[in-house]
Order: sequence, then structure tokens, then C-alpha cells
Amino acid sequence: MDRLDQLESQSIFIFREAFNRIENIAMLWSLGKDSNVMIWLARKAFFGHVPFPVMHVDTGKKFPEMYDFRDRYAAEWGLNFIREECPPLEMTDETLPPAARSAARKTEGLKLAIKKHGFNALFAGIRRDEEATRAKERVFSPRGQTGQWDFKDQPPEFWDQFKTDFPPGTHIRIHPLLHWTEIDIWLYTLREQIPTIALYFAKDGKRYRSLGDKDITSPVASTASTIEEIIEELRTTKISERSGRAMDHESEDAFERLRADGYL
Amino acid sequence: MSEASEAKVRLAAVNPNPASTRDLLRIVIVGHVDHGKSTLVGRMFHDTGSLPDGKYESIKAMCERRGVPFEWAFLMDALQAERDQGITIDTSQIWFKTDARDYTIIDAPGHKEFLKNMITGAAQSDAALLIIDAAEGVREQSRRHGYLLHLLGIRQVAVAVNKMDLINYEKDQFDLIEQEYRDYLTSIGVTPTFVIPVSARQGDNIVNQTNAMPWYKGPTIVKALDSFMPTAAPVDRPLRFPVQDVYKFDHRRIIAGRIEEGSLKVGDTLLFSPSNKSARVQSIEYWSTVPGKKPPMEASAGESIGITLDEQIFVERGELVSHAEHAPIETDVFRARIFWLGHEPMVKGKSYRIKLGTLEAPVTVQSIESIIDTSDLSNTSSHQVERNQVAEIVLRARRMLALDEFISAPKSGRFVLIDKYDIAGGGIISMEGYADQRDLITARSTNITRVVHGIDETARTFRNGHKGGVLWFTGLSGAGKSTLAVALEKKLFEKGYNVYVLDGDNVRHGLNANLSFSPEDRAENIRRVGEVAALFGRAGMIAITSFISPYRSDRDRAREAGGGNFHEIHVKADVATCEARDPKGLYKKARAGEIKDFTGISAPYEEPDNPELVIDTAEVKLDECVERLVNYVETKFKV
Repeated sequence: MDRLDQLESQSIFIFREAFNRIENIAMLWSLGKDSNVMIWLARKAFFGHVPFPVMHVDTGKKFPEMYDFRDRYAAEWGLNFIREECPPLEMTDETLPPAARSAARKTEGLKLAIKKHGFNALFAGIRRDEEATRAKERVFSPRGQTGQWDFKDQPPEFWDQFKTDFPPGTHIRIHPLLHWTEIDIWLYTLREQIPTIALYFAKDGKRYRSLGDKDITSPVASTASTIEEIIEELRTTKISERSGRAMDHESEDAFERLRADGYL
Repeated sequence: MSEASEAKVRLAAVNPNPASTRDLLRIVIVGHVDHGKSTLVGRMFHDTGSLPDGKYESIKAMCERRGVPFEWAFLMDALQAERDQGITIDTSQIWFKTDARDYTIIDAPGHKEFLKNMITGAAQSDAALLIIDAAEGVREQSRRHGYLLHLLGIRQVAVAVNKMDLINYEKDQFDLIEQEYRDYLTSIGVTPTFVIPVSARQGDNIVNQTNAMPWYKGPTIVKALDSFMPTAAPVDRPLRFPVQDVYKFDHRRIIAGRIEEGSLKVGDTLLFSPSNKSARVQSIEYWSTVPGKKPPMEASAGESIGITLDEQIFVERGELVSHAEHAPIETDVFRARIFWLGHEPMVKGKSYRIKLGTLEAPVTVQSIESIIDTSDLSNTSSHQVERNQVAEIVLRARRMLALDEFISAPKSGRFVLIDKYDIAGGGIISMEGYADQRDLITARSTNITRVVHGIDETARTFRNGHKGGVLWFTGLSGAGKSTLAVALEKKLFEKGYNVYVLDGDNVRHGLNANLSFSPEDRAENIRRVGEVAALFGRAGMIAITSFISPYRSDRDRAREAGGGNFHEIHVKADVATCEARDPKGLYKKARAGEIKDFTGISAPYEEPDNPELVIDTAEVKLDECVERLVNYVETKFKV
């Protein structure tokens, strides 16, 4: 087994644990490179089936390429697809810096969607190498009634024994890609021929490394126009993946606050 | 879908095996608070040129804002509370690479309070780097962490003696620390591959060799890490495949799970434990979008797979799959070394839920043998295990569990315990002193039809004037079982009862002459006696058995064989009293080491939980004991 086989096997193990132990579960799909890999892995875990709903919590501000991609593959992959809307900006915490506040719309949208469908748990495609607070995450991450993350008292996880028993009312985030890195995602996308949104490939000397909302995501300078070139670029770059995401950088703990409140 | 939007979606070129996947090694960094873990990691990143652009500047800005000197810890300590208090609360991970391979560095909190987070970090690692402050020397946490790493199964360990600059790079002091810590690690079975003197702050021996310690000839930290190996999947071992789930999404009934050890192939006959069922592998199922790709014919350790069987046997999550010739142990009682993380202490007699692979079952803490002090390895006894303590305990389940000893199959020899909703501890299994009960419950003969007796039980009872049944004497050697049995037999015979004594030594001369005193053979000895006694009982007689029968599982099995009229009688006397009597001189031999596995000395005796009668021969005179027994029989066996 090479590194990609190991990563894949571990993700499948996580999917199957969650599916067996937790009732009423759904997967979040942001249409980006990570969540596409996540859906792919679910199809492997369940032998071609995705036995739970796949949900896009929509800010309405994604790139048109992303909506095209979503509509095509929701049908092609036979997903039980749900689209949910985010509430307007006025409903978010006004003390947050502007970009973080815009991102917080998604948190609110997520909370409303969870309530509406009564999901006990959500699969989310976050990775530890994306950002420092995510590096501290658990595979099975319990949240409070309103989605908040108690990062100061997380359950132990060892020998692949995850915490799968929760008092009623607990909401759980499950992270099947937590142990992957950005390069792993691209290597796997290449190996498995997973469809990819073209915005990731360089055009006029720029490409998107991470896809978020149109207004708060910017491309980075790059000439990588194939996956192979992206992998080469990532091997040498010293620019962090989320440098194009404005809300991460507004204040020292802006992102920590967002995440503690339930942001992905 | 239009052609235009088609162009916006890229399909990667076919490249099934990119040569560019590199090896990955996961290293946990552990040590006492303030011994310099974060500084070492920061230095390693800086000196290998692994810091992202702007990271150094942003850490500098954070430090200035707080008015503190530059602090590498801010690289890993991502939480506001961690930066404000200067301690690592939760484990974190960070990535870097050398020419040799990629690394995940797992930072584990040193603070005792956050031991569960340290364990969470350490348990996902291939190797460990233990840090000791050269000025402070080996501390309680240094020992505890070494001990826990070993318990978790980590076998590759390097030690960094940090802050050498604070002791003027003195060789003598380094030697003392190295000796002290090596001695400790050796005593728990760990061989540190390297012990390296470093100064993380000055950058000595982290990435670059230093001139400050010309007396040190070994590798730098990075060189040492490069010499470690990623954990290899245990492919060449007996198969262990815990069933994770059974899927019926379409026409296939797929048994899903991850192979933990060994391998299987299509056509293999598989044994499911503890249900003891078997069936053959019909197919290994596989989902792929590559047209024409054939499903695999075999699979091995580390792979998450799905199989179908040639027979529709009922199988569920928790079964452990193996080949018949290398089956796991089946038992309802075992010994474990545990580390306790629960907010509430572990208490003797309390029940918890065990998670052993994918199996879950209630277990009760039968005994807490000792609490192990990880700093000097001394033992104390206690009725409870406090948070962060390590202990030897005995666990009992209400049903058979399929498991292994940690030493022979680590993945199926370790477990966690759940208290209410929380993982409250982890442990590794030893069967020392306990029997594999698989053989005792496995029926080997087939084509057996019971013959119906022409005489029913009532007719026998009417003829004899009393019921038939079993008086099962259990107790330590020297407790007085045989003396009482023989005396009772005589009294009952005189009163007209049909009675016969089955005695341990006598049975071993004939029926059980082929059995030794190993836990397995002792269990088989009792199984046979249980069956024989039951036959006597059904024949209308009173069978009195006189056997130590130390295991509760064996006595329960005898009770089951005996049917309705079975009486467990605990002939009770403490070890000291029995040893003073020592009628056969056995205690003396056991103390001298001439007899192995001697009950009460070097093998367990499990007292009955709810015996029908307790006869205390240390407190009550022999005549009175016999009198009580006669009275008991007269009430229980009358028509």
C-alpha cells in the first residue's frame, strides 16, 4: 500500500464507523477539491452508493463554474442532493471583522439547515494542514446545541477508537479527510481522475488554490495549468493555502472565533 | 450541459501510479512542560526552510503585541488560550519534509492535565521524540510519557537532551542524564535508538551539526528521524479482520471492514468469532470508475475492504474474522494493563463498556490487582484507579469475547473502556493465568442424537427417596474440601443416601490423566468433571465434587451441565490459613518455585459471587461444618 492507499483506507474506515454508529447523517459539499475527493471516497466506502444526503449550504456568491459543476455531478453521481440557503448578513455577529462576518453567514445557514433536517451529524472535508485550529480537530468532533466547538476539552481518540456515543442533542462533525494534505488531495484527484473545477488551473498567471465566495476569495500567482504542475508548485511553494481567504487574516484569533462558533 | 461548461470541468490525465508519492512518517514530540518541545519544532522548521512565507514575521508580531521575547511555541499553539498562558492544551500537527521523506510532526501537550490529548497525539505516531531539559534533568512526566508510549505500542524512540547551552555544553552532565533515562527506559522494555544533546534555541544538533559539542559523534535530530521507518502493515501475520458493518444496498450482502493483520483471498474458509461460524469468501467487492477494472482476488492488512460469502450465515458488527488454524482467543475473563483518563475513578465491581476493535460489550472490573507508579514502577494496591494512573486489572464479560494477547497481535489485543458516553481509558490484554475457552465451547462431534431414557427422573427420585444432584465444593488448596467431602459422604451414606465423592487427585489418575496444570488443561479438567458429576446427578445420586476449580467461568459451565439441582459450596479459608495447614506440602513447593501456576500463590482464585452455601473452615470446627452440610442436603434433596 502506498501513501494514497493508506489515506484512502483510513477515510473509508471513518466513513463506515460514522455510518454504523450515528443515525441521520449528511455530507457537506462545497464543490471544491476536498469535498469532491470526499464524495469519491464515500462511493468507495459504500461500493458505489452514497447512502446519505449531500448538502450544499449556498451563500449565492459562488463562481458560476461552481454552480455548473454542482448541477452536473449531483445528477451524474446519483446524489441525494439538498441545497440550503444562507441567511442575510444582518443576522450575523456585527463585532466580527467584515470578511469574517461574511463567512459567518455560512455558519448561520448551516445551523438552520441542521435544524430543518434534524441531522445529528455532518461529514465535513476539512484537513489538519489547512490551518492551525483545524490541526487540533478530532475525527469525531462533538458540538454544542448551537454548533459551538469546545476546543479546550476534546475527547481522546486513539487506536482508531473514536468517540461515537453522545448524549441526546449533541451535534457531531465527522472529518474523513482530516489526515490528508493539500498535495495528497491533488495526487489522489490525479490518480482517480476525479473531475475538478477549472478555476484551480492557472489563467493569465493566476489560479485559485482554495475556492470560497467570489467576494472574499482571491487567486494566487501561478502558472500551473495541469494537476501535475499544481503538485510541482505545491512541492516548492512557501505560500500558505488559505492566504487567498481574507477572513483568516483579519485579526490574530478571527478564524479561531469563527470555528469555535461552528464555522468549518 | 453545454460544451462551454464542459470545458470548465477538467478530467485528469490517466496516471494511476504517480511516482511522486513520498513516504510519510508521523513523529510525536513529547516531554515535560517547558522542556522546549515547541522551540525544537520551531527551530527544525526554520533551519530546514519549511516555514511558510510571513509566518516568522507573524509570530514576531504576536510576541511584540504581548510584550514577550520571540517564542517559537506560537508556531504550533494555535489557540488564543494557549498563546496567552504559554502552554499547549491540545495536540497539534504540522508538516515538513527532508530530502528523505515527508513528516507529520505531532506536538503533544506535556501538562499532566492534558494527558488524554498527549495520548491522542502519540497514538497516531510511527515514532517518538522525547525531550528532556538538560538543566532540570529527568522529570516525572519524562518517565510517564516514556511508559505510555511503550503501552501505546510505539517502538522507535529518540531522546533529545535540550538546553545544552544552559549547562555550558558539559559532557558529564549529559552523560548522567543519558544514563538515568536509558536505565529507566530499559527497565520498561524500551531501547532508545538515539540520545542526542541539543540546544533548540541555539540550533545545535537539530538540523545542523554543532561545533559546541565536539565530544558528540552521533546524528542530528533530523538525521535520527530520517533513520526511522514508517510503521509497516502486519501483512505476514495470522488474519485479523473485524467486521465493521454488513451492507445490503443492492443485490449483494457485503461484509465490510478493515483487515488489521494478515491477508485473505477469494476461496478462503473464514472463521467468525465469537459466534464460531464459518463460510468461504466468494468475492472481494470493489468500486471503481475505471472501465474493465477487475475486482481484487486478495487483500491484506491496512486495506478497508468488503467481501461476500458463499453461504448466507448471520454475521454482524463485532465479529472477528480469522482463518480456522490461527483463531483468536475466546474468553470471558482476562487481565489488562490500563491507563485511566476518566474524570471519575475506575472502581472495582463497576461495569463499563469495552470497545475491542469493532466489538462492544459490557464488562465488569473483577479486581484491581495493582496501581503502577510510572516513575519508579512500584506497585500499590487500591480499590480504585484515579485519573492518569496506570493499573493492572482483571475484566469479566457476561459473554465470550474474541480477542488476542497484545504481545502476539497488538491490534486485536488492545481496547478502550467507555464510561457513560466517554472514552475513559485504554488498555492492553494479557491472558496470564487465564485459559483460552474456545476449545471448551467448541463441539467437535457431529451426527449425534440423544437417546431418550426409558426411566424418568421422578421414578428415580421415588426409588431412591431423595433427589439427585451435585454438591460442587470449591476453594483453595488446603481449605478442607476433601476432608469435608469424605466426612459428608460417610454421614449421608449412613443416612441412606446414594452418594459418591469425585476428588481432584483421583480423577486425574484416570479420566483426566492426560491433562496438565496449564490454564487450558485445568479448564478442561473441570469441564469433564462437571459433565461426569451431572451424569451422576441425573442417575439419581448425590455427587460431591472436591476441586479447587479456580475460574468462575468453569464453575458456571459445570452448573449449566448439572441442570437444576446444582449447589456451589464455597469451602472458605484465607491463603494464610491454608498455607499453615499445607496438608500436601504444596504451598511449600510453590513458594520455592517448584510448582508453576499454583492457585492462590502464582495463579488466580476467583471467589464465587453467589454460592448457595459458604462453609468457613477457618472459623468453624470440622464437626459443625459437616453438620451444616448435612442439614443443607436434607432440606435441598428431600422428595
